[in-house]
Amino acid sequence: MSAATPAPAPAASSRESIALSVLTNPLGLIAAILLVLVIATAVFAPLIAPFAPGDLQIFKINAPPGDGYLLGGDGSGRDIFSRLVYGARNTLIGALIALSVAAAIGVTAGLFAGYFGGRREVVMSWIADGLMALPALIVLLAFYQSLGSSIQVSMVIFGIMLSPGFYRLTRNLVNGVKHELYVDAARVSGLSDMRIIARHILLVIRAPVIIQTSIVAGISIVIQAGLEFLGLGDPSVPTWGGMLQDAFANMFVVPTAILWPGLAISITVASFVLLANAIRDRLQQGNRTAPASKMPKVVAKPVGAAPTDNDLLLDIRELVVGYPGKTGWTEVVKGVSLQLRKGEVLGLVGESGSGKTQTAFSVLGLLSTGGRILSGSIWFDGRDIANLPEDEMQKLRGKRIAYVPQEPMSNLDPAFRIGFQLTEPMMTVLGISRSEAKARALKLLAKVGMPDPMRTYKAYPHQISGGMAQRVLIARAISCSPDLLIADEPTTALDVTVQAEVLELLRDLQAEMGMSVILVTHNFGVVADICHRVSVMKDGKVVETADVRTLFADPQHDYTKMLLGAVLDDVTPRTYRPRMLKEVSA
Amino acid sequence: MLSYVSKRLLSSLVLLALVTTLTFAMVFGGADNVAQNILGDNATDQQIADLETKLGIDRPLYEQYGTWVAKAVRGDLGMSWTMGESVSKILSGRLPVTLSMVVLAIVIIGVVSALLGIAAAVRGGWADRVIQLISVVGFSLPNFWLGLILVVVFALNLRWLPATGYTDFTTSPTGWLASLALPVGALVLSGIASASQQVRGAMIDALRQDYVRTLRAGGIKPSSVLFRHALRNAMPAALTVLSLQFIGLLGGAAIIERVFAIPGLGSITVQAALSGDIPILMGVVVTMIILVVIVNIAIDLTNAWVNPKVRL
Amino acid sequence: MSDDVIVQCIDVNTKFGALHVLKNVNLTVRPGETVGLVGESGSGKTTLGRAILGIGPVSSGRILFEGHDIAGVAPRDRKGNAASIQAVFQDPYTSLNPSMTIEDILVEPIVARRQASLEEARARVRTLLDQVNLPSDAAYRYPREFSGGQRQRVAIARALALSPHLIVCDEPVSALDLSTQQRVLDLFVEIQERTGVAYLFVSHDLSVVRHISHRVAVMRGGEIVEFGDCDQVTAHPQHDYTKRLLLAAPVADPVRQADRRAALRALNTGA
Repeated sequence: MSAATPAPAPAASSRESIALSVLTNPLGLIAAILLVLVIATAVFAPLIAPFAPGDLQIFKINAPPGDGYLLGGDGSGRDIFSRLVYGARNTLIGALIALSVAAAIGVTAGLFAGYFGGRREVVMSWIADGLMALPALIVLLAFYQSLGSSIQVSMVIFGIMLSPGFYRLTRNLVNGVKHELYVDAARVSGLSDMRIIARHILLVIRAPVIIQTSIVAGISIVIQAGLEFLGLGDPSVPTWGGMLQDAFANMFVVPTAILWPGLAISITVASFVLLANAIRDRLQQGNRTAPASKMPKVVAKPVGAAPTDNDLLLDIRELVVGYPGKTGWTEVVKGVSLQLRKGEVLGLVGESGSGKTQTAFSVLGLLSTGGRILSGSIWFDGRDIANLPEDEMQKLRGKRIAYVPQEPMSNLDPAFRIGFQLTEPMMTVLGISRSEAKARALKLLAKVGMPDPMRTYKAYPHQISGGMAQRVLIARAISCSPDLLIADEPTTALDVTVQAEVLELLRDLQAEMGMSVILVTHNFGVVADICHRVSVMKDGKVVETADVRTLFADPQHDYTKMLLGAVLDDVTPRTYRPRMLKEVSA
Repeated sequence: MLSYVSKRLLSSLVLLALVTTLTFAMVFGGADNVAQNILGDNATDQQIADLETKLGIDRPLYEQYGTWVAKAVRGDLGMSWTMGESVSKILSGRLPVTLSMVVLAIVIIGVVSALLGIAAAVRGGWADRVIQLISVVGFSLPNFWLGLILVVVFALNLRWLPATGYTDFTTSPTGWLASLALPVGALVLSGIASASQQVRGAMIDALRQDYVRTLRAGGIKPSSVLFRHALRNAMPAALTVLSLQFIGLLGGAAIIERVFAIPGLGSITVQAALSGDIPILMGVVVTMIILVVIVNIAIDLTNAWVNPKVRL
Repeated sequence: MSDDVIVQCIDVNTKFGALHVLKNVNLTVRPGETVGLVGESGSGKTTLGRAILGIGPVSSGRILFEGHDIAGVAPRDRKGNAASIQAVFQDPYTSLNPSMTIEDILVEPIVARRQASLEEARARVRTLLDQVNLPSDAAYRYPREFSGGQRQRVAIARALALSPHLIVCDEPVSALDLSTQQRVLDLFVEIQERTGVAYLFVSHDLSVVRHISHRVAVMRGGEIVEFGDCDQVTAHPQHDYTKRLLLAAPVADPVRQADRRAALRALNTGA
């Protein structure tokens, strides 16, 4: 049985009481109350149960409810209710044993394997894989004769077999954390490995391990009941699984008797699962906003009429883009107007959060989940595409409006060869045959500067460098001769020498094909290198638009001046004045 | 790839050797009064001693182990102590029964989880809620209890399907399906509960990747983005879940076969465990590990085909 | 061993398996000096920084810190002033533990090095925050409540906690916006002038390195191809690679950039 449920990294602060906030979740509260009830029943069993679990009354064999037996009698004439109460105790003890063994072994091994890695990790992972490859129940059955009928010994073995779940979870979490820079910083600060694990790593793995614990508790209860149901338990000890076995034997006489122990198991396990879900929900709350479907519908009305100037390819008017926030729409683009002529390269420049990327994505109709154009128009070649239906928009993308992303590697599908990724859009958009697409793809690859087009064509993305991947993405973007190319920080992820080559390529292609380009960037050097005109954005608005030479020579807006002032191009290097450290620190 | 398969086989052999040795030590080491168990309480000491000699369990443990291994590598798993037949013969008669049940279950789990998981990842809404409900219910209902309830409802009350027994596929395909409907129904719920969630998670991850936006920006059809690109990238995670499901089902089959009186590997394991028929237990453990190894290798190979970064 | 050198790398080599990441690297940093280490991805600049910090491997060679060899010695095993070598990393979002308060973060190195008791260390937090121009009530807040630039100030404060003689800065301003970047660089300069700390300043950005450094080393493929005074290296480079690197970075001036582009093209076709 697998317990490999992916757990989220904790987003919320650990100091805030997770326990308290879980209880404010209705399902979490119900689950917690049920669990408290079950545990209380187990602890106070002798006080609650009207009969001892072994009390027999011959005339009550398979008796219906009533006459002192709240839920009737079982196949031997014992009180079903009393046995349920005592069964809670034995079931929880068994689960606790399996859980403790699994968590103790799994978490410890996971911490060490994850943190220290190397040979230790290889060996431990091999053992974990091996344990996971064994059907737990079969192993427990095979060991039954030597373990004897004590279900608790079996639960120890089961705990060992469950430990890989904890091991893998912990190891993966630790692997995710140990290369975080704050762990490096702690190491530089002189913390020992043990202190780093205790201070930085346990904190991160705590919540996911609690979730896993809750789920494994449920699994243990089910497996334990299964063993007892098969008759592998001690018949003298009342357990839910044993009761099911008894009810099964008498199923044709009293079918309802199978109900009670099953319900007891299901409700207890469900409580554990719901509790785990409540904790997980709590942890994920930080990054959740209202679903877009719950937001008021918006349809942006066209602003003005279609532009009459035929030379104007793109005319964005008073564009407002919003995302669902906690209280209504959060606007990220607040009334942007931009114009782009045919064959022109427009730089859209600004700092993070200025809305430059969101503006570009609205032209493509590819805002992230939940994002909407709230008002304004995007006139593209005489048509307002701000609210175009998705299928209409899809016909424009690739064919007339193309896109070059920032991060070349993550923007190629790792599962397909470059060739397929180049020919697929051409075959879809232009409707040409595979062989024609291939011929064109090879020409394109040569055009963007691939020394051996055929080799690149046959390569998978991970087999080429970042600079080459960006050339492939550019080749794909221009493959259907678009009128407008939207390039989102196309050189930011590249080394500076590669950046120069890619800018050179973009410039040549733009001149040759005469397409218009919107180049989103934060780098004024890139703007100066390739753009004809520039729009400077700040906080969702365009503060200044000018011809590129004018902007650099004579910036008008204070913000532009400040940004240009922050450029470090022409500083005088510092001069070194040797001083004695002692003198300084004194 | 060949070197991968041979490496994997070697590692599996080591696993097989370790597990069988451990199992052997555990079951034979703990088998104190096997003969007594087999003969019953009325047996005389002489009878017990005779049987122990006959079974070979009066010899030292390592000697018994040596004999067992020497035979096992030739495919001879010995004679059953209680059923008077060779272990290989008993198991080979029962393996197809369990396999047909488990394979049917895994196919259903795969298909239903894929549909539900993809729907939930793409649309959210109702599919998301169905998955959440199934995940709680499927985890909480023990499969054997679900089986019992199915028997009471569909076999005892409605009389639609047989309560117990197994019909061979070659005898009657419809009878086969009818005899497996309830057991498979009881087995798949918990599998769907965990697999559909994993598929959903894997699909959401895949759809969040940068290249999905870039594919859409390139005018690729949504159906191709979803089924060709995203699904292919989500597949390794989903397949890994299925391989774990397969292992879980082999265990689950033991209980379910008992409930539905199906003459498969699981029910004979229970029988052998209760009667102390150790050669059968050893045989079952060996068979199960070999099955799991085959499935895992098959899934690894599929993953390698799907994900070119994995070099075999 | 002259007195005016705080760090001296002598023929440092690092290999990851078959990969030779650092090849006979020789580098010196003087007290109170900033040495800029510039190069492209895979040049080995970060590996060298980590080797000096003691969190990266050294296959051969020596790293002398105030005369003592610290190559391959883990931070917690370092003695004296070498124990106080600190770091400021690139990403201010992952260099601070999200579940610790700023106070906990700043106290950690002081307590780990047993320089002061927890109470004394807490009292020092205010001074540290003051040094990086953060309000003292920042101590009780969590990293997520701060912007990227502010977080980087916290990281600098943490590096200052042990009054180090050397801080290794690994791309400390690369993740910041232009305007923030300049303010953080100014803070680095101000702190250096006040405390006399030396920086090894690793960056891919020549303009950043030129802004803050006294001397600059250019790395490529694990080797230092050019090392000299900042003005010499960044204005009159000798090595072809440095020239290319210099010309490849576009400047924020369309007229000059056109000239540089032509010059780069000439250099590339000539080479």
